[in-house]
Amino acid sequence: MLAVRNVSAGYGSFQALFGVSLEVNAGESVAVIGPNGAGKSTLLRAISKLIDLMDGEVTMQGRSLKGVPAHEVIAHGISQVPENRRLFARLTVEENLKMGAFLPAARAKYGERLAFVYSLFPRMQERRAQLAGTLSGGEQQMCAIGRALMSGPKLLLLDEPSAGLAPVIVQSIFELVRRICHEGYTVLIVEQNIRQVLKVVDRAYLLETGRIKSSGAAAELLDSDQIRKTYLGI
Amino acid sequence: MDVFDIFLLEAVVNGILLGGLLALLSLGLNLIFGVIDVVWICYAELIMIGMYAVYALHVQLGWPLPVAMLGGIVVVAALGALMHQFVIRPVLSAEPINQLLVTGGVLFFLQAAATLAFGIEFKNLGVKLPPIAIGEMSFSMPRIIAFVVALAGVAATWLFLTRTYMGTAIRAISQDRQIMPLMGVNPDRVFVVTSALGGALAGLGACLLVLQYDIHPAIGLSFGPITFVICVLGGLGNMLGGLVAAFIFAQFISVGGFVFHIEWGYVIAFAFFIAVMFWRPQGILGRK
Repeated sequence: MLAVRNVSAGYGSFQALFGVSLEVNAGESVAVIGPNGAGKSTLLRAISKLIDLMDGEVTMQGRSLKGVPAHEVIAHGISQVPENRRLFARLTVEENLKMGAFLPAARAKYGERLAFVYSLFPRMQERRAQLAGTLSGGEQQMCAIGRALMSGPKLLLLDEPSAGLAPVIVQSIFELVRRICHEGYTVLIVEQNIRQVLKVVDRAYLLETGRIKSSGAAAELLDSDQIRKTYLGI
Repeated sequence: MDVFDIFLLEAVVNGILLGGLLALLSLGLNLIFGVIDVVWICYAELIMIGMYAVYALHVQLGWPLPVAMLGGIVVVAALGALMHQFVIRPVLSAEPINQLLVTGGVLFFLQAAATLAFGIEFKNLGVKLPPIAIGEMSFSMPRIIAFVVALAGVAATWLFLTRTYMGTAIRAISQDRQIMPLMGVNPDRVFVVTSALGGALAGLGACLLVLQYDIHPAIGLSFGPITFVICVLGGLGNMLGGLVAAFIFAQFISVGGFVFHIEWGYVIAFAFFIAVMFWRPQGILGRK
Protein backbone atom coordinates (compact mmCIF):
# COMPACT_ATOMS: atom_id res chain seq x y z
CA MET A 1 0.00 0.00 0.00
CA LEU A 2 2.67 2.49 1.04
CA ALA A 3 6.14 2.33 -0.42
CA VAL A 4 8.99 4.54 0.72
CA ARG A 5 11.93 4.29 -1.65
CA ASN A 6 15.37 5.65 -0.93
CA VAL A 7 14.06 8.68 0.91
CA SER A 8 16.46 11.31 2.20
CA ALA A 9 15.09 14.27 4.08
CA GLY A 10 15.93 16.81 6.75
CA TYR A 11 15.60 20.38 7.89
CA GLY A 12 17.50 23.01 5.97
CA SER A 13 21.08 21.80 5.68
CA PHE A 14 20.60 19.20 8.43
CA GLN A 15 19.93 15.77 6.97
CA ALA A 16 18.02 13.36 9.21
CA LEU A 17 17.18 10.50 6.82
CA PHE A 18 19.63 8.77 4.48
CA GLY A 19 18.09 6.61 1.74
CA VAL A 20 15.34 5.05 3.81
CA SER A 21 13.19 2.39 2.14
CA LEU A 22 10.26 0.56 3.62
CA GLU A 23 6.91 -0.89 2.70
CA VAL A 24 3.56 -1.26 4.37
CA ASN A 25 1.07 -3.75 2.92
CA ALA A 26 -2.69 -3.43 3.16
CA GLY A 27 -4.05 -4.66 6.46
CA GLU A 28 -0.63 -4.75 8.11
CA SER A 29 0.55 -2.95 11.19
CA VAL A 30 4.16 -1.92 10.93
CA ALA A 31 6.39 -0.12 13.42
CA VAL A 32 9.49 1.94 12.90
CA ILE A 33 11.47 1.67 16.10
CA GLY A 34 14.67 3.31 17.15
CA PRO A 35 16.23 5.61 19.71
CA ASN A 36 15.47 9.27 20.20
CA GLY A 37 16.79 11.33 17.29
CA ALA A 38 16.97 8.42 14.85
CA GLY A 39 14.75 10.29 12.39
CA LYS A 40 11.49 8.44 13.06
CA SER A 41 9.28 11.52 13.25
CA THR A 42 11.10 13.02 10.28
CA LEU A 43 10.14 9.93 8.31
CA LEU A 44 6.44 10.41 9.04
CA ARG A 45 6.67 14.12 8.28
CA ALA A 46 8.29 13.29 4.97
CA ILE A 47 5.50 10.83 4.12
CA SER A 48 2.88 13.48 4.99
CA LYS A 49 4.85 16.09 2.99
CA LEU A 50 5.13 18.38 6.01
CA ILE A 51 8.78 18.53 4.99
CA ASP A 52 10.22 18.22 1.49
CA LEU A 53 12.15 15.18 0.35
CA MET A 54 15.76 15.73 -0.62
CA ASP A 55 15.76 12.53 -2.60
CA GLY A 56 13.72 9.39 -3.15
CA GLU A 57 10.02 8.79 -3.57
CA VAL A 58 6.90 7.92 -1.62
CA THR A 59 4.04 6.11 -3.33
CA MET A 60 0.60 5.34 -1.97
CA GLN A 61 -1.31 2.57 -3.72
CA GLY A 62 1.01 2.93 -6.67
CA ARG A 63 0.52 6.69 -7.01
CA SER A 64 3.55 8.86 -6.43
CA LEU A 65 3.19 11.65 -3.90
CA LYS A 66 5.76 13.69 -5.78
CA GLY A 67 4.54 17.28 -6.15
CA VAL A 68 1.49 16.65 -3.95
CA PRO A 69 1.14 19.52 -1.44
CA ALA A 70 0.87 18.60 2.25
CA HIS A 71 -2.84 19.38 2.50
CA GLU A 72 -3.68 16.97 -0.33
CA VAL A 73 -1.86 13.95 1.12
CA ILE A 74 -4.86 13.12 3.30
CA ALA A 75 -6.99 12.85 0.15
CA HIS A 76 -4.71 9.95 -0.85
CA GLY A 77 -5.92 8.07 2.22
CA ILE A 78 -3.04 8.87 4.54
CA SER A 79 -3.94 10.34 7.92
CA GLN A 80 -1.39 11.23 10.58
CA VAL A 81 -1.67 11.48 14.35
CA PRO A 82 1.11 13.96 15.03
CA GLU A 83 3.69 13.78 17.77
CA ASN A 84 2.38 15.16 21.08
CA ARG A 85 -1.16 14.83 19.72
CA ARG A 86 -1.39 18.51 18.80
CA LEU A 87 -5.10 18.86 19.49
CA PHE A 88 -6.71 22.26 19.09
CA ALA A 89 -6.77 22.99 22.81
CA ARG A 90 -9.43 25.71 22.67
CA LEU A 91 -11.80 23.77 20.45
CA THR A 92 -14.15 21.17 21.90
CA VAL A 93 -13.59 17.45 21.44
CA GLU A 94 -16.30 17.33 18.81
CA GLU A 95 -14.88 20.35 16.97
CA ASN A 96 -11.49 18.63 16.91
CA LEU A 97 -13.14 15.58 15.38
CA LYS A 98 -14.92 17.83 12.90
CA MET A 99 -11.58 19.23 11.76
CA GLY A 100 -10.51 15.68 10.96
CA ALA A 101 -13.44 15.52 8.55
CA PHE A 102 -12.58 18.76 6.75
CA LEU A 103 -12.26 17.21 3.29
CA PRO A 104 -15.49 17.44 1.25
CA ALA A 105 -15.55 13.64 0.82
CA ALA A 106 -15.26 13.21 4.59
CA ARG A 107 -17.95 15.81 5.36
CA ALA A 108 -20.50 13.68 3.57
CA LYS A 109 -19.79 10.82 5.99
CA TYR A 110 -19.37 12.97 9.09
CA GLY A 111 -22.30 11.57 11.08
CA GLU A 112 -21.49 7.97 10.34
CA ARG A 113 -17.80 8.31 11.23
CA LEU A 114 -18.49 10.35 14.33
CA ALA A 115 -20.73 7.53 15.55
CA PHE A 116 -17.93 5.06 14.78
CA VAL A 117 -15.32 7.07 16.68
CA TYR A 118 -17.70 7.40 19.63
CA SER A 119 -18.35 3.66 19.59
CA LEU A 120 -14.58 3.09 19.58
CA PHE A 121 -13.98 5.64 22.35
CA PRO A 122 -17.17 6.10 24.41
CA ARG A 123 -15.18 8.43 26.65
CA MET A 124 -15.00 10.91 23.78
CA GLN A 125 -18.77 11.00 23.54
CA GLU A 126 -19.00 11.82 27.24
CA ARG A 127 -16.49 14.62 26.77
CA ARG A 128 -17.71 15.86 23.41
CA ALA A 129 -18.51 19.42 24.53
CA GLN A 130 -15.36 19.77 26.64
CA LEU A 131 -12.38 21.81 25.45
CA ALA A 132 -9.67 19.44 24.21
CA GLY A 133 -7.05 21.22 26.29
CA THR A 134 -8.80 20.07 29.47
CA LEU A 135 -8.58 16.34 28.64
CA SER A 136 -6.14 14.01 30.38
CA GLY A 137 -3.15 12.79 28.36
CA GLY A 138 -4.73 9.46 27.54
CA GLU A 139 -8.01 11.06 26.52
CA GLN A 140 -6.12 13.51 24.33
CA GLN A 141 -4.53 10.59 22.53
CA MET A 142 -7.97 9.04 21.95
CA CYS A 143 -9.20 12.35 20.59
CA ALA A 144 -6.16 12.69 18.33
CA ILE A 145 -6.60 9.17 16.96
CA GLY A 146 -10.33 9.80 16.55
CA ARG A 147 -9.61 13.00 14.67
CA ALA A 148 -7.31 11.13 12.29
CA LEU A 149 -9.96 8.44 11.73
CA MET A 150 -12.59 11.02 10.77
CA SER A 151 -11.15 11.31 7.27
CA GLY A 152 -11.70 7.59 6.73
CA PRO A 153 -8.04 6.86 6.04
CA LYS A 154 -6.66 3.74 4.42
CA LEU A 155 -3.36 4.21 6.21
CA LEU A 156 -2.97 5.62 9.69
CA LEU A 157 0.38 7.11 10.71
CA LEU A 158 0.99 7.27 14.45
CA ASP A 159 3.86 9.39 15.69
CA GLU A 160 5.05 8.33 19.16
CA PRO A 161 1.59 7.78 20.65
CA SER A 162 3.05 6.90 24.05
CA ALA A 163 5.37 9.92 24.32
CA GLY A 164 4.85 12.15 27.33
CA LEU A 165 2.25 9.91 28.96
CA ALA A 166 2.36 8.33 32.41
CA PRO A 167 3.42 4.64 32.43
CA VAL A 168 -0.07 3.51 33.47
CA ILE A 169 -1.56 5.35 30.51
CA VAL A 170 1.06 4.04 28.08
CA GLN A 171 -0.27 0.53 28.63
CA SER A 172 -3.78 1.61 27.66
CA ILE A 173 -2.51 3.54 24.64
CA PHE A 174 -0.96 0.39 23.22
CA GLU A 175 -4.22 -1.38 23.92
CA LEU A 176 -5.85 1.34 21.81
CA VAL A 177 -3.34 0.83 19.02
CA ARG A 178 -4.03 -2.89 19.07
CA ARG A 179 -7.75 -2.22 18.70
CA ILE A 180 -7.16 0.14 15.79
CA CYS A 181 -5.13 -2.58 14.06
CA HIS A 182 -7.86 -5.12 14.72
CA GLU A 183 -10.43 -2.74 13.22
CA GLY A 184 -8.71 -3.46 9.93
CA TYR A 185 -6.78 -0.21 9.55
CA THR A 186 -3.36 -0.33 7.99
CA VAL A 187 -1.06 1.27 10.53
CA LEU A 188 2.46 2.65 10.41
CA ILE A 189 3.59 3.52 13.92
CA VAL A 190 6.76 5.18 15.06
CA GLU A 191 7.85 4.47 18.65
CA GLN A 192 10.77 4.45 20.98
CA ASN A 193 8.86 2.35 23.47
CA ILE A 194 10.21 -0.69 21.65
CA ARG A 195 9.20 -3.56 23.87
CA GLN A 196 5.57 -2.46 24.01
CA VAL A 197 5.14 -1.61 20.36
CA LEU A 198 6.64 -4.89 19.17
CA LYS A 199 3.93 -6.75 21.06
CA VAL A 200 1.26 -4.91 19.09
CA VAL A 201 2.47 -4.80 15.47
CA ASP A 202 3.11 -7.45 12.79
CA ARG A 203 6.45 -6.21 11.49
CA ALA A 204 9.02 -3.58 12.35
CA TYR A 205 11.98 -1.67 10.98
CA LEU A 206 14.84 -0.54 13.16
CA LEU A 207 15.94 3.00 12.34
CA GLU A 208 19.25 4.33 13.65
CA THR A 209 20.84 7.68 12.80
CA GLY A 210 18.63 8.03 9.75
CA ARG A 211 19.23 4.59 8.27
CA ILE A 212 17.27 1.32 8.39
CA LYS A 213 19.48 -1.10 10.31
CA SER A 214 17.29 -4.18 10.30
CA SER A 215 13.75 -5.34 9.80
CA GLY A 216 11.59 -8.37 10.33
CA ALA A 217 8.56 -9.82 12.02
CA ALA A 218 7.88 -8.19 15.37
CA ALA A 219 8.27 -11.43 17.29
CA GLU A 220 11.66 -12.11 15.66
CA LEU A 221 12.94 -8.64 16.45
CA LEU A 222 11.77 -8.98 20.02
CA ASP A 223 13.92 -12.11 20.29
CA SER A 224 16.93 -10.85 18.35
CA ASP A 225 20.13 -10.30 20.27
CA GLN A 226 20.76 -6.94 18.60
CA ILE A 227 17.48 -5.45 19.85
CA ARG A 228 17.54 -7.18 23.22
CA LYS A 229 21.02 -5.97 24.08
CA THR A 230 20.81 -2.44 22.75
CA TYR A 231 17.26 -1.47 23.49
CA LEU A 232 15.69 -3.80 25.97
CA GLY A 233 18.69 -4.13 28.28
CA ILE A 234 18.46 -7.92 28.60
CA MET B 1 -33.45 65.72 39.11
CA ASP B 2 -36.00 63.88 36.96
CA VAL B 3 -34.80 65.66 33.86
CA PHE B 4 -31.16 64.85 34.63
CA ASP B 5 -31.95 61.16 34.91
CA ILE B 6 -33.75 60.94 31.62
CA PHE B 7 -30.84 62.57 29.78
CA LEU B 8 -28.41 60.28 31.56
CA LEU B 9 -30.52 57.35 30.44
CA GLU B 10 -30.41 58.72 26.92
CA ALA B 11 -26.62 58.87 27.13
CA VAL B 12 -26.45 55.29 28.38
CA VAL B 13 -28.71 54.07 25.57
CA ASN B 14 -26.67 56.02 23.03
CA GLY B 15 -23.56 54.40 24.51
CA ILE B 16 -25.09 50.98 23.99
CA LEU B 17 -25.98 51.86 20.41
CA LEU B 18 -22.44 53.07 19.79
CA GLY B 19 -21.06 49.95 21.50
CA GLY B 20 -22.79 47.69 18.98
CA LEU B 21 -21.24 49.55 16.07
CA LEU B 22 -17.78 49.61 17.66
CA ALA B 23 -18.10 45.88 18.39
CA LEU B 24 -18.65 45.23 14.69
CA LEU B 25 -15.75 47.48 13.63
CA SER B 26 -13.32 45.80 16.00
CA LEU B 27 -14.49 42.27 15.18
CA GLY B 28 -12.94 42.16 11.71
CA LEU B 29 -9.62 43.57 12.87
CA ASN B 30 -9.56 41.15 15.80
CA LEU B 31 -10.43 38.21 13.59
CA ILE B 32 -7.60 38.95 11.19
CA PHE B 33 -5.09 39.50 13.95
CA GLY B 34 -6.20 36.42 15.88
CA VAL B 35 -5.86 34.18 12.87
CA ILE B 36 -3.04 35.63 10.79
CA ASP B 37 -1.15 37.39 13.57
CA VAL B 38 -0.77 40.60 11.59
CA VAL B 39 -2.34 43.91 12.64
CA TRP B 40 -3.96 45.70 9.75
CA ILE B 41 -3.28 49.30 10.76
CA CYS B 42 -5.16 50.28 7.60
CA TYR B 43 -8.38 48.50 8.66
CA ALA B 44 -10.34 51.74 9.05
CA GLU B 45 -9.22 52.79 5.57
CA LEU B 46 -10.92 49.69 4.22
CA ILE B 47 -14.07 51.01 5.87
CA MET B 48 -13.44 54.39 4.23
CA ILE B 49 -13.13 52.71 0.82
CA GLY B 50 -16.38 50.86 1.55
CA MET B 51 -18.13 54.16 2.28
CA TYR B 52 -16.92 55.59 -1.02
CA ALA B 53 -17.96 52.40 -2.81
CA VAL B 54 -21.51 52.73 -1.48
CA TYR B 55 -21.48 56.43 -2.42
CA ALA B 56 -20.20 55.74 -5.93
CA LEU B 57 -22.66 52.91 -6.58
CA HIS B 58 -25.67 54.73 -5.14
CA VAL B 59 -25.13 58.39 -5.97
CA GLN B 60 -22.93 58.22 -9.07
CA LEU B 61 -24.24 55.03 -10.69
CA GLY B 62 -27.76 55.31 -9.34
CA TRP B 63 -28.03 51.81 -7.89
CA PRO B 64 -30.76 51.41 -5.24
CA LEU B 65 -29.26 51.92 -1.80
CA PRO B 66 -29.57 48.31 -0.51
CA VAL B 67 -27.95 46.96 -3.70
CA ALA B 68 -25.23 49.60 -3.52
CA MET B 69 -24.56 48.57 0.08
CA LEU B 70 -24.28 44.90 -0.88
CA GLY B 71 -21.94 46.01 -3.65
CA GLY B 72 -19.88 47.98 -1.13
CA ILE B 73 -19.53 44.90 1.09
CA VAL B 74 -18.40 42.81 -1.88
CA VAL B 75 -15.86 45.46 -2.91
CA VAL B 76 -14.27 45.60 0.55
CA ALA B 77 -14.33 41.80 0.93
CA ALA B 78 -12.44 41.53 -2.35
CA LEU B 79 -10.09 44.27 -1.18
CA GLY B 80 -9.44 42.25 1.99
CA ALA B 81 -8.58 39.15 -0.03
CA LEU B 82 -6.29 41.17 -2.32
CA MET B 83 -4.70 42.79 0.71
CA HIS B 84 -3.73 39.38 2.01
CA GLN B 85 -2.62 38.00 -1.32
CA PHE B 86 -0.41 40.89 -2.39
CA VAL B 87 0.57 42.76 0.78
CA ILE B 88 0.48 40.39 3.75
CA ARG B 89 1.52 37.12 2.17
CA PRO B 90 4.98 38.36 1.10
CA VAL B 91 5.70 39.56 4.67
CA LEU B 92 4.08 36.69 6.59
CA SER B 93 7.38 35.51 8.01
CA ALA B 94 8.90 39.00 8.31
CA GLU B 95 9.46 40.87 11.55
CA PRO B 96 6.22 42.20 13.15
CA ILE B 97 7.46 45.78 12.83
CA ASN B 98 7.85 45.33 9.08
CA GLN B 99 4.36 43.88 8.81
CA LEU B 100 3.02 46.86 10.70
CA LEU B 101 4.87 49.31 8.47
CA VAL B 102 3.59 47.63 5.32
CA THR B 103 -0.03 47.92 6.44
CA GLY B 104 0.73 51.51 7.48
CA GLY B 105 1.89 52.08 3.92
CA VAL B 106 -1.42 50.71 2.66
CA LEU B 107 -3.22 53.18 4.94
CA PHE B 108 -1.65 56.17 3.17
CA PHE B 109 -1.96 54.49 -0.21
CA LEU B 110 -5.71 54.05 0.24
CA GLN B 111 -6.12 57.61 1.51
CA ALA B 112 -4.22 58.95 -1.47
CA ALA B 113 -6.14 56.74 -3.89
CA ALA B 114 -9.46 57.92 -2.44
CA THR B 115 -8.37 61.55 -2.68
CA LEU B 116 -7.38 61.00 -6.29
CA ALA B 117 -10.67 59.34 -7.16
CA PHE B 118 -13.13 61.45 -5.14
CA GLY B 119 -11.32 64.63 -4.15
CA ILE B 120 -11.20 66.10 -0.67
CA GLU B 121 -14.74 67.51 -0.53
CA PHE B 122 -17.13 65.90 1.90
CA LYS B 123 -19.58 63.53 0.24
CA ASN B 124 -22.79 62.09 1.56
CA LEU B 125 -25.64 59.93 0.40
CA GLY B 126 -28.20 62.64 1.03
CA VAL B 127 -30.28 60.19 3.03
CA LYS B 128 -32.05 61.76 5.98
CA LEU B 129 -33.76 59.51 8.47
CA PRO B 130 -36.03 61.04 11.13
CA PRO B 131 -35.07 60.60 14.79
CA ILE B 132 -37.15 58.41 17.05
CA ALA B 133 -38.61 59.96 20.18
CA ILE B 134 -39.37 57.86 23.23
CA GLY B 135 -40.93 60.02 25.92
CA GLU B 136 -38.58 62.94 26.34
CA MET B 137 -35.62 61.04 24.88
CA SER B 138 -34.69 61.24 21.25
CA PHE B 139 -32.59 58.69 19.36
CA SER B 140 -31.02 58.88 15.94
CA MET B 141 -32.53 56.42 13.48
CA PRO B 142 -29.21 55.62 11.69
CA ARG B 143 -27.69 54.77 15.08
CA ILE B 144 -30.50 52.37 15.90
CA ILE B 145 -30.17 50.73 12.48
CA ALA B 146 -26.40 50.56 12.96
CA PHE B 147 -26.81 48.89 16.34
CA VAL B 148 -29.27 46.25 15.13
CA VAL B 149 -27.40 45.45 11.91
CA ALA B 150 -24.01 45.44 13.66
CA LEU B 151 -25.22 42.93 16.23
CA ALA B 152 -26.73 40.83 13.46
CA GLY B 153 -23.35 40.95 11.70
CA VAL B 154 -21.54 39.90 14.87
CA ALA B 155 -24.03 37.05 15.40
CA ALA B 156 -23.71 35.89 11.79
CA THR B 157 -19.93 35.89 12.10
CA TRP B 158 -20.16 33.89 15.30
CA LEU B 159 -22.45 31.35 13.63
CA PHE B 160 -20.06 31.06 10.70
CA LEU B 161 -17.08 30.55 12.98
CA THR B 162 -18.78 27.91 15.13
CA ARG B 163 -21.08 26.06 12.73
CA THR B 164 -19.17 25.66 9.47
CA TYR B 165 -16.09 23.64 8.59
CA MET B 166 -14.28 26.70 7.25
CA GLY B 167 -15.21 28.72 10.34
CA THR B 168 -13.94 25.98 12.63
CA ALA B 169 -10.75 25.80 10.57
CA ILE B 170 -10.34 29.56 11.01
CA ARG B 171 -10.47 29.13 14.78
CA ALA B 172 -8.26 26.05 14.66
CA ILE B 173 -5.53 27.61 12.54
CA SER B 174 -5.06 30.38 15.07
CA GLN B 175 -4.13 27.68 17.60
CA ASP B 176 -1.85 25.47 15.52
CA ARG B 177 -0.90 26.57 12.04
CA GLN B 178 1.62 23.83 11.27
CA ILE B 179 -0.58 20.77 11.54
CA MET B 180 -3.47 22.16 9.49
CA PRO B 181 -2.29 20.35 6.34
CA LEU B 182 -2.72 17.05 8.22
CA MET B 183 -6.45 17.87 8.33
CA GLY B 184 -6.46 18.49 4.59
CA VAL B 185 -6.66 22.23 5.17
CA ASN B 186 -4.68 24.57 2.95
CA PRO B 187 -3.58 27.32 5.37
CA ASP B 188 -3.21 29.80 2.53
CA ARG B 189 -6.85 29.41 1.60
CA VAL B 190 -8.00 29.82 5.20
CA PHE B 191 -5.99 33.06 5.41
CA VAL B 192 -7.56 34.42 2.24
CA VAL B 193 -11.07 33.53 3.45
CA THR B 194 -10.34 35.15 6.83
CA SER B 195 -9.09 38.31 5.14
CA ALA B 196 -12.13 38.45 2.87
CA LEU B 197 -14.40 37.97 5.88
CA GLY B 198 -12.55 40.72 7.75
CA GLY B 199 -13.01 42.88 4.66
CA ALA B 200 -16.72 42.06 4.45
CA LEU B 201 -17.16 43.12 8.08
CA ALA B 202 -15.38 46.40 7.29
CA GLY B 203 -17.75 46.77 4.35
CA LEU B 204 -20.78 46.20 6.55
CA GLY B 205 -19.40 48.77 9.00
CA ALA B 206 -19.01 51.18 6.08
CA CYS B 207 -22.69 50.76 5.13
CA LEU B 208 -23.71 51.70 8.67
CA LEU B 209 -21.30 54.62 9.03
CA VAL B 210 -22.19 56.11 5.68
CA LEU B 211 -25.73 56.65 7.01
CA GLN B 212 -24.36 58.77 9.86
CA TYR B 213 -21.26 60.54 8.60
CA ASP B 214 -20.04 62.47 5.62
CA ILE B 215 -17.27 60.75 3.69
CA HIS B 216 -13.81 62.17 3.17
CA PRO B 217 -10.46 60.48 2.51
CA ALA B 218 -9.20 60.88 6.08
CA ILE B 219 -12.36 59.67 7.81
CA GLY B 220 -10.60 56.42 8.72
CA LEU B 221 -8.62 58.41 11.27
CA SER B 222 -11.81 59.22 13.19
CA PHE B 223 -12.52 55.60 14.06
CA GLY B 224 -9.31 53.69 13.20
CA PRO B 225 -7.60 54.45 16.52
CA ILE B 226 -10.76 53.67 18.50
CA THR B 227 -11.17 50.35 16.71
CA PHE B 228 -7.57 49.42 17.40
CA VAL B 229 -7.71 50.52 21.04
CA ILE B 230 -10.85 48.45 21.61
CA CYS B 231 -9.12 45.37 20.19
CA VAL B 232 -6.14 45.89 22.49
CA LEU B 233 -8.43 46.62 25.44
CA GLY B 234 -10.28 43.35 24.97
CA GLY B 235 -7.09 41.40 24.32
CA LEU B 236 -5.80 41.66 20.75
CA GLY B 237 -7.17 38.72 18.75
CA ASN B 238 -9.77 37.85 21.38
CA MET B 239 -13.13 38.40 19.71
CA LEU B 240 -15.24 38.07 22.84
CA GLY B 241 -12.92 40.48 24.64
CA GLY B 242 -13.31 42.96 21.79
CA LEU B 243 -17.08 42.76 22.15
CA VAL B 244 -16.98 43.47 25.87
CA ALA B 245 -14.42 46.24 25.43
CA ALA B 246 -16.49 47.92 22.71
CA PHE B 247 -19.46 48.32 25.05
CA ILE B 248 -17.33 49.51 27.97
CA PHE B 249 -15.45 51.98 25.81
CA ALA B 250 -18.66 53.29 24.24
CA GLN B 251 -20.12 53.99 27.70
CA PHE B 252 -17.06 56.03 28.63
CA ILE B 253 -17.43 58.06 25.47
CA SER B 254 -21.17 58.53 25.74
CA VAL B 255 -21.74 58.96 29.48
CA GLY B 256 -18.38 60.71 30.00
CA GLY B 257 -19.29 63.07 27.21
CA PHE B 258 -22.70 63.71 28.78
CA VAL B 259 -21.53 64.29 32.34
CA PHE B 260 -18.66 66.59 31.34
CA HIS B 261 -18.41 67.73 27.77
CA ILE B 262 -18.66 65.85 24.50
CA GLU B 263 -14.89 66.06 23.86
CA TRP B 264 -14.20 64.90 27.39
CA GLY B 265 -15.85 61.59 26.65
CA TYR B 266 -12.95 60.60 24.42
CA VAL B 267 -10.36 61.89 26.87
CA ILE B 268 -11.85 59.79 29.66
CA ALA B 269 -12.20 56.75 27.43
CA PHE B 270 -8.57 56.86 26.33
CA ALA B 271 -7.37 57.57 29.88
CA PHE B 272 -9.28 54.46 30.93
CA PHE B 273 -7.53 52.55 28.15
CA ILE B 274 -4.09 53.67 29.35
CA ALA B 275 -4.96 52.75 32.93
CA VAL B 276 -6.05 49.27 31.83
CA MET B 277 -2.79 48.84 29.95
CA PHE B 278 -0.90 49.35 33.23
CA TRP B 279 -3.20 47.01 35.09
CA ARG B 280 -3.71 44.29 32.47
CA PRO B 281 -1.36 44.77 29.51
CA GLN B 282 -2.81 41.66 27.84
CA GLY B 283 -6.28 43.22 27.80
CA ILE B 284 -9.44 42.53 29.77
CA LEU B 285 -10.01 39.01 28.46
CA GLY B 286 -6.58 38.51 26.89
CA ARG B 287 -4.41 35.48 27.43
CA LYS B 288 -0.81 36.05 28.37
